[in-house]
Amino acid sequence: MREVMTKTMARNVFYGGSLFFILVFLAMSFHSVGYVVNKSTASAEITEEVALGKHVWEKHACINCHTIMGEGAYFAPELQNVMSRWGVSDDPEGAFDAMQGWMEAQPSGIEGRRQMPQFNLSDEEIRGLSEFFLWVGKVDTQGWPPNDAG
Amino acid sequence: MKYQSQKVAYWYFLTAMAVFAVQGLGGRWAGCSYIAPNFWADVVPFNIVRMLHTNSLIVWLLLGFFGAAYFLVPEESEREIHSPMLAYIQLGILVLGTAGVVVTYLFDLFPGHWLLGKEGREFIEQPVWVKLGIVVASLIFLFNITMTVLKGRKTAITNVLLLGLWGLVLLFLFSFYNPTNLVLDKMFWWYIVHLWVEGTWELVMASILAFLLLKLTGVDREIVEKWLYVIVATALFSGILGTGHHYYWIGLPSYWQWVGSIFSALEVVPFFAMMSFSFVMVWMGRRDHPNKAALLWALGAATVAFFGAGVWGFLHTLHGVNYYTHGTQITAAHGHLAFFGAYVSVNLAIITYAMPILRGRDPYNQVMNMVSFWLMTGGMAFMTFVLTFAGTIQTHMQRVLGENFMEIQESMHLFYIMRWGAGLAVVVGAILFIYAQLVIHDKPKSASSEG
Ligand code: HEC
Ligand code: HEM
Ligand code: HEM
Ligand SMILES: [Fe+2]
Repeated sequence: MREVMTKTMARNVFYGGSLFFILVFLAMSFHSVGYVVNKSTASAEITEEVALGKHVWEKHACINCHTIMGEGAYFAPELQNVMSRWGVSDDPEGAFDAMQGWMEAQPSGIEGRRQMPQFNLSDEEIRGLSEFFLWVGKVDTQGWPPNDAG
Repeated sequence: MKYQSQKVAYWYFLTAMAVFAVQGLGGRWAGCSYIAPNFWADVVPFNIVRMLHTNSLIVWLLLGFFGAAYFLVPEESEREIHSPMLAYIQLGILVLGTAGVVVTYLFDLFPGHWLLGKEGREFIEQPVWVKLGIVVASLIFLFNITMTVLKGRKTAITNVLLLGLWGLVLLFLFSFYNPTNLVLDKMFWWYIVHLWVEGTWELVMASILAFLLLKLTGVDREIVEKWLYVIVATALFSGILGTGHHYYWIGLPSYWQWVGSIFSALEVVPFFAMMSFSFVMVWMGRRDHPNKAALLWALGAATVAFFGAGVWGFLHTLHGVNYYTHGTQITAAHGHLAFFGAYVSVNLAIITYAMPILRGRDPYNQVMNMVSFWLMTGGMAFMTFVLTFAGTIQTHMQRVLGENFMEIQESMHLFYIMRWGAGLAVVVGAILFIYAQLVIHDKPKSASSEG
């Protein structure tokens, strides 16, 4: 083996090859950013409300119970498609009402059922969340999730 | 201990083990929330417990890596650490930051504040002030270690180790970039998470393993170092484009489905190579090193990493499979065995090897240490199996049959109970490990320990 490849050769292959793959990855990332901006998220605008919704989502670390687009924690339902699950994807007012109703009803207090905390959100924040989930629901995710259950 | 300044590593390892204990307890607590959902739910909700569990995992693994670097770089470079003082300051900053994180999460301090509040993206929830502290500490570390290496002997082990450490710190800078577009947010979030565990951390792991095998087996350095380069080459060649396995369903172009599937499937290669390499080195080596527990952990790390990352990773990495398993208990099963096998075990291996040297002793408490290996490894393996069963049920009922998430949890309950039991074994093993490192019953070999 020593004859087939020396340490110096192995090292050079490592450096050269890694650099190559880093460059390819950066080029693909660059292309992907363009695709995101112009295609997959182009159908819905990121309004101030959507941005606020994302901030509320992060402020309360919802991601550490829920998944969104399949990423996060596995304790509570997937939320990328929650608006279509609730049947309000095309109805911003209905979405707001449903979100407000849901948030007010937490925690359910049902014995033996996982609990979602009460976050005491303002109407503005709830509007932000409903707009955020409407926006997320419009992203082209290559057909995922397989069904409404998420 | 050949070099006085290696002693720095001792304090890093102690702190790492303390945070490890917190992580284990956090995990068991999260496990409780699954089987007794009303228990304490309104005092500390599941998400807070989970953040403590995952963040403390990452913090202690990094502390272990820093300690490992401070331990092995002097031996490799054949000189003292550039500045032990800087190393202690670095540790102080990290401890302060960790305490800040725990308090911020537990008492939900300054929610939503841009500098003081938690940030709420998975794994990088730390408030901005802590992130800044981490960056400062990391820069101190990189400066300190790089100066040491530059002034001393340069080896493949320190080369690869340094590359990994520089890379992981640079990638962490993406945690300051949080675009309002969730898709871009996710895309660059994986630059940290994936390119850590399936890129830069692999470099760190491989170099620590190489160092341990060199010391424990006495195999020729030339051979070890050549294979080190070969292994890390396969790691980066597959792992960088392998990032694509997280880009299937989050709003990115469809070409990632093929690029991700093909290159992430190849990520099995470096893990297989690390395992084979470790065993071959042990068979080739003639040295009969007294620290058998360190050898057990080193071989265990290479093996369990192959199963956790390689086999369990491959299980759900092809996009046709991932379409159904994405974000289920299958992911949790894989995450646990991969993290444990690769990074927990390699840390415990270097700690097991270094502690007797740092304390000026012959290897001690070997049997207890090995028992802790089997308890932890057995527990994690069992946890992985039961979560895989749970995930299979979930995938079928939720993703194929379309049944509601909350409705199907009932049918997975039995597995959650078994996970809880497996977790108990892991935590008992961890406590035993820490005890075996800290408490020595016999007298030191020389009149006074070395410092
Ligand atoms: C402690 C864990 C936890 C946290 C934190 C949490 N949730 Fe939940 N969430 C749950 C659980 C559990 C359910 C299911 C409750 C049920 O069905 O009884 C749920 C359900 C939901 C639903 C309804 C899903 C459906 O399919 O009907 C929405 C919407 C939701 N959560 C939004 C949020 C938002 C927004 C946040 C952050 C502000 C959040 N959750 C934080 C645990 C959590
Ligand atoms: C050293 C051992 C451990 C390691 C390395 C580890 C690692 C992790 C990681 C990486 C996650 C995030 C998972 C993901 O996103 O897929 C996680 C979550 C979790 N861990 Fe652990 N863990 C360990 C021990 C434990 C133990 C002992 C328990 C208790 C039984 C436990 C219970 C949990 C739970 C319940 C979650 C949340 C999963 C979810 O989102 O639903 N862990 N752990
Ligand atoms: C030691 C190395 C590895 C570690 C520590 C690790 C850890 C993890 C963790 C914690 C997650 C969950 C992330 C989240 O919370 O969303 C994850 C996801 C994933 N990992 Fe790994 N992993 C490793 C190696 C691998 C390898 C080698 C493969 C492929 C062969 C792989 C395939 C995957 C896939 C496909 C997912 C996404 C799961 C999903 O769709 O939900 N991993 N990994
Ligand atoms: Fe990955």
